[in-house]
Parts: sequence; structure tokens; C-alpha cells
Amino acid sequence: MDAILLQILNGLDKGGAYALIALGLTIIFGTLGVVNFAHGALFMLGAFVAVSVKALLSLDKVTLDPTQTTAWGAPMEIRVPYIEAWLGDFGATLLEYSVPLSILVAIPFMLLIGIAMERGLIRFFYKRPHAEQILVTFGLAIVIQEIIKSMYGANPIPQPAPEVAKGMIDFGRMIGLDAGGVVYPAWRLIYFLFSALIIALVFAFLQFTTFGMVVRAGMADRETVGLLGIDIDRKFTIVFGIAAVVAGLAGVMYTPILSPDYHMGMDFLVLSFVVVVVGGMGSLGGAVAAGFLLGIVQSFASMNEVKNIIPGIDQVIIYLIAMIVLLVRPRGLMGRKGVMES
Amino acid sequence: MSKNNLTRRGVLKGTAAAGVTLTAPTIFTKSWAAGYRNEPKGDTVTLGFNVPQTGAYADEGADELRAYELAVEHINGEGDGGMLQTFSSKALEGKGVNGKKVVFVTGDTQTKSDAARASAKRMIEKDGAVMITGGSSSGVAIAVQGLCQDAGVIFMAGLTHSNDTTGKDRRANGFRHFFNTEMSGAALGPVLKNAFGNERTAYHLTADYTWGWSQEGSIKKYTEKLGWKTSAAVRTPLGAGDFSQYITPVLNSGADVLVLNHYGRDMVNSLTQAVQFGLRDKSVNGKDFAIVVPLYSRLMAQGAGENVKGIFGSTNWHWSLQDEGSKAFVKSFGTKYGFPPSQAAHTTYCQALLYADAAQRAGTFMPSEVGKALEGFKFDGLGNGPTEYRAGDHQCFKDVLVVKGKENPSSKFDVLEVVEVTPRAQVEYPDTMLGGELGPYNNGA
Repeated sequence: MDAILLQILNGLDKGGAYALIALGLTIIFGTLGVVNFAHGALFMLGAFVAVSVKALLSLDKVTLDPTQTTAWGAPMEIRVPYIEAWLGDFGATLLEYSVPLSILVAIPFMLLIGIAMERGLIRFFYKRPHAEQILVTFGLAIVIQEIIKSMYGANPIPQPAPEVAKGMIDFGRMIGLDAGGVVYPAWRLIYFLFSALIIALVFAFLQFTTFGMVVRAGMADRETVGLLGIDIDRKFTIVFGIAAVVAGLAGVMYTPILSPDYHMGMDFLVLSFVVVVVGGMGSLGGAVAAGFLLGIVQSFASMNEVKNIIPGIDQVIIYLIAMIVLLVRPRGLMGRKGVMES
Repeated sequence: MSKNNLTRRGVLKGTAAAGVTLTAPTIFTKSWAAGYRNEPKGDTVTLGFNVPQTGAYADEGADELRAYELAVEHINGEGDGGMLQTFSSKALEGKGVNGKKVVFVTGDTQTKSDAARASAKRMIEKDGAVMITGGSSSGVAIAVQGLCQDAGVIFMAGLTHSNDTTGKDRRANGFRHFFNTEMSGAALGPVLKNAFGNERTAYHLTADYTWGWSQEGSIKKYTEKLGWKTSAAVRTPLGAGDFSQYITPVLNSGADVLVLNHYGRDMVNSLTQAVQFGLRDKSVNGKDFAIVVPLYSRLMAQGAGENVKGIFGSTNWHWSLQDEGSKAFVKSFGTKYGFPPSQAAHTTYCQALLYADAAQRAGTFMPSEVGKALEGFKFDGLGNGPTEYRAGDHQCFKDVLVVKGKENPSSKFDVLEVVEVTPRAQVEYPDTMLGGELGPYNNGA
């Protein structure tokens, strides 16, 4: 029982990341009709916003200590972050909380990146075939990757969670089970709650605001909305920016779980597309449901009891499920009629 | 009617001609007039440095390239001479090799076998490289070693730790300075026994490819000899990123040691996540839970940050060593680049020097003669103590370092501390143990 609960929790935090990326992909596809292969790169860019914020907060004053030398004979450098020198303990606290603080920077930054991407490149490919959209966005993803690699190197860069969120939470005891049976890292539970909050905010935005109503109308019938005198293109540009913000925030908060490197976006991209396809192209609810579902299934498939029966199942289970879903329900779990069927 | 033309003069002429013919191969061999692949004709000789310049190991590849550039400088008599000053062989005099200045070309392995073979092939066929060296993966090393064997050039392996490189996939034209998983297991075993006792249950997470299997086998072999039990050995896909679904089953498995047979990015992620799941601070059956990373890379360990603290592993070399060779290399490298060299930089620097020295001693770049000069070659002063390039499998035998993540690092480079230098005798094994055949040298012409 404990093992099963642990894998469910594991699937939920993993699924949270899949759902957030897939949600952004679906929003872009549903509104603009663009298959955006650069979406994983946006997730990675978000993670590197956290890296950059920490690097900025860690900018240090370097003094040379002539009494000590390095192994190659140069004077030893003594480094003290400016922020600690100026603000003392408060500066140290800011450094410790650099990951959650990065959210404040990531929102405007990712919004700008999203808008610039859409206006500068993606809009020229709206009426082009999906194959061309895939090629150009994939190329863009590689360019972003290489820029990040040239700036930060290829090695992962650790981003610790704040001290208060580093420990474990006895989840089992919280739900009335024996103490110590289901103990789970606090930050991963925070990540799951964070992803649930972002998903709820996006849904609320689309459901309960006038902007959201116009966007939903545009998703259903772009031409008619345009004929009503609404500048739907402008609205969709902002939607692209919002999708970029969602992917970026998913990346920022994921950094204590996975030390960011330039390639992390690609690792999530393929899985996220499978999530979108399983959920149903253009279905926001489908993307979220499939994200969590596939996260949990992937966790269960990695259990030794399962792997002993079917070796290697953990490496193919997601694709196997995608095949089965597409055979039984060709439009995905919650797919809409007419999307990508022309 | 027949006529016999046999005369005394004719017999003498024939004998002389036959003598010249019979001795000719010896004369050509001695003067190296017989051709071989990419025999240098001008006043330079070209070496091919095949390192990952893109992909996950690009930083390690960049460090290898820095080391090669430094080695070429030193071989050509530029810079401070580095480890040439401490190297026991004095054949190289800082005037290039065999009177030729060393130049180099580079290739990008991308840490993909196909790409690595393509770049090595290009350097051999288009650039005329007489030797290929470098790399950060066993899969790549084995693939390129096979190509060099077929092409008829020497391959001096870079960072490759799988037993197979000089085991079942060994080749006459291939040589490895770096240690292997068998040596890691033999060195780590006694240290783990002293640190954790002999009643332990280990849980392995293993990267699902040649190096991972090799590492898992060696650690299991040596820990089970100590009396440890192995509760599970789980294969994980290469580049999994999030290993949490493989770590959660460890929590309630009853195991009290987690062995992470992962390298590079996988090691950084699996170790970070294992610590995140509280395994480093956990107690099982009244014993402190332990994590072991059999192969450490200081460059990669930096990526795991404070999570490496107190974690045991092994390494081929570390910049904090205080022997004269290591100090000379760190000084030379640190002065030029502003930071200490990695173990990848060290092994590739040594390989470049060892090749140049062997070619100088052989008086040729012909692979079979360079190979013979390396076989059984005993040397010192290159940072690992007395070392031998064993003739039977072309594997270097030397002391192995057991290291531990440092509790109080003084800088971002000061991540590991050496806890034991395991003597060569303890890690040595018969050259037939891992299987494989060297086969004959191929000179490519």
C-alpha cells in the first residue's frame, strides 16, 4: 500500500510538469493551429531564468588574498556576494529563496519572449503546412539550446530549494496511515500543488474573463470572431505569451528537482507531445488529464514488481498507451472533432 | 641440344642479388621506408583529437581539448614543459617527435558512436592523422577503436571506464590509460567495508548500456565478496532526467546502501534526487543509509553541488594530488586556463605524451612499432605513481584513487577529497580475465 501511494505521489509531481507543458502546447495549437516544437525550449528557458536570478544575486566582490595561493600559484580569490555584504542576513535569505523569487522575473520575461517569438517568427507560418511549422520551431529550439549552452556550458547547474522546503513530509501520517510509511520530499509536493494552481488559474482565465471568452470563441471559429470586428490575431499573440509563461513557470519550479542544463527541454518535449496526442489535440482538459495519467502510469511501470514481469516496460509504457488510445479513440481521450483532420 | 650457361660469375651475381632481395625487408623495416597509413612526409605530423564538442559531455570534451593543446605545446618545446619535466622517460626533448613538429586537427564525437566514427574517419582520410585520441564514453571509445584498427592508425582512448574497451573489445591498435570498472570495484570494496561494515544490503540503479552493466557487475562482485547482499539491480534508461520513480521503491526496500552506476548528467540527477528523497540522512535497521557513486568526475560532481558531501566513489586522478607530476600539470594547466584540470584532461594529456614518447623511442609513427614501444612500457612522473602499459591487453595499471565528497569545500573546484590511494597490486587482474583478443597490428598499408 505504501509503495503504491508513493508511486501515485511520484506520478502526480511528474505529471504536473507534463500537464503544464502540454497545456501550453494545446493552447498554442488550439488558438493558432501551430505545432510548436520550441515549447520544450521555453520550459528550459524558464529554468534558466532561475539560474540567472541566482547568478545575479550571487554576483560577488572578489578580493585577492596574497597570503594564500591556488594550486597553480596564483593568489587565492576571496568571494563575498554583494547582496550579503550590503544586506547581511536578509541578503542571504534572498539568495536562499532565489528559486521562488525567480517566478517574479520569469512572468514578464517569458511573456516578452513568447510575444517576440510569435510576432518575429511563428506568425509567418500560420498558413504553412504543419511539417514546415515543426521544422521551423524545432530549428528555433536548437538555436535557443545552443545559445544557452554557449552562455552556461553543458553541465547541469544545481538550484537548491529553500531550506524550509528541503526536507521530507510524512504524507502517510497526514492521511491517517502509519507514520514513516509514505514519506515524500516537500518540494515535490509543493511542485504538484503549484502546477495544480497554475492549471486552475489558466482555466479560470479562459472561462471567467472576457478575454478568455473571446479566445475560446476564436478557438472554435476564428473567422466568425474576426468578422465581428475583434482583432483575434492580437489576442492570440497574448495567448502565445501566456503559454510561454506557463512553460517558463513549470521550468522555474522544476529546477530543485532536476538541475537545469541546456538539453532539459528536449527531454520533456517528446513526452509532452505524446501527452497532447493522448489527451486529444486542442483539448485543454485532455492535456491536463493525460499529463497526470501518464505520469502515474510511468511511475507504476518503473516498480520492480512490474519490471520483473515485463522487463523494460518502464521505457515504453507511455508510447504503448499512446498507441492503444489512438487505436481505440483516434482523437485522443477528449479530442475535438475536426482538429488536425483536414 | 642444350646449353648450360651456369658460370662462376653468374653464380656470384645471383647470390649477391638474392642476398640483397632477402635482406631488403629488414633494411626497409629499419629505415621505415615501408609505407604505413598517413606516414608523414613533410616536417609536421598530424594528430587527431576526437572529443565531444557538442552534447551532454561538451564541457568534459572542452577540458580534454585544453589538455591536448597543452600537451602539443609541451611536446613542441613551448610553455613550461608541464609533466615532460617529471616524466621518467626522457626521449622527448621538446623538439616535436622524430624531428617533426606536432600539429593537430579536431573532431566532434557528439558522444554518439556514428558521429565519432565519422569524425575520426574524416581526420584519418582527409587530414592525414596518424593517431586518433579522446572521447568521454565507452560506447564511443569501442566504436572508434574498431575503426582505427581497420584504418591502420593508433587509437589512444580518452575517458572510457568500461571493462570492455580493453576486455572483450580490445584491439591491437588501441591503448587505454584510464582505469576501468574492475579496478573501481577492487579499490572501493575494502574502503566500503571499513566505512559501512560487511553486513549491508545494496540496491543498484544502473545506466542501461555497456558501461553501466560493467560497473554494476564489478561493484556487485566485490561487495558480495565482503558479505553484502544485493536486494535489486534496476536498469534505468540513459538520460532519464527524473529518476524519482526508480528511487521511491528504494525507500521501503529494506536496502541500506544505494549504488548509483550512473555517470555524467545521469549521476548528477540521480544523486541529487536520492538526496532529495532523504536517503543520505535515512536510517535502516539501525544503520545509517549510504549512497555510493562508483565513478566520480569532479567536473560533473560540481553539478550535484552540496549533494556529493560524504558520498564515496573512485576516480582516475585528482588535481589535489601532491606528487611532482600532478603538481607540474596543475601548475601548467591552471596558469594557462585559470582553473584546475579534470581527470578527463589528465588522462588525455598523458595519452598524448605517451604516444609521442613511444613514437620517439620507436623512431617511427608506424602503428606496430609505436605499439611495441608502448607494450610493457613502465613509467613514472605522470601523476599516478609507477605505471605500466600492460602488453597483454593494452591497459595501464597504476594506483586507483578512492574519493569522497568534501564536507567543507574551499572553492567550487574543491569538491572531492582523496581518502585512499589503492595500490596497483590490489587492482590488478590477469590479462585473460575479461576475455577478448588483441589480434595483429594493422599498419594500414
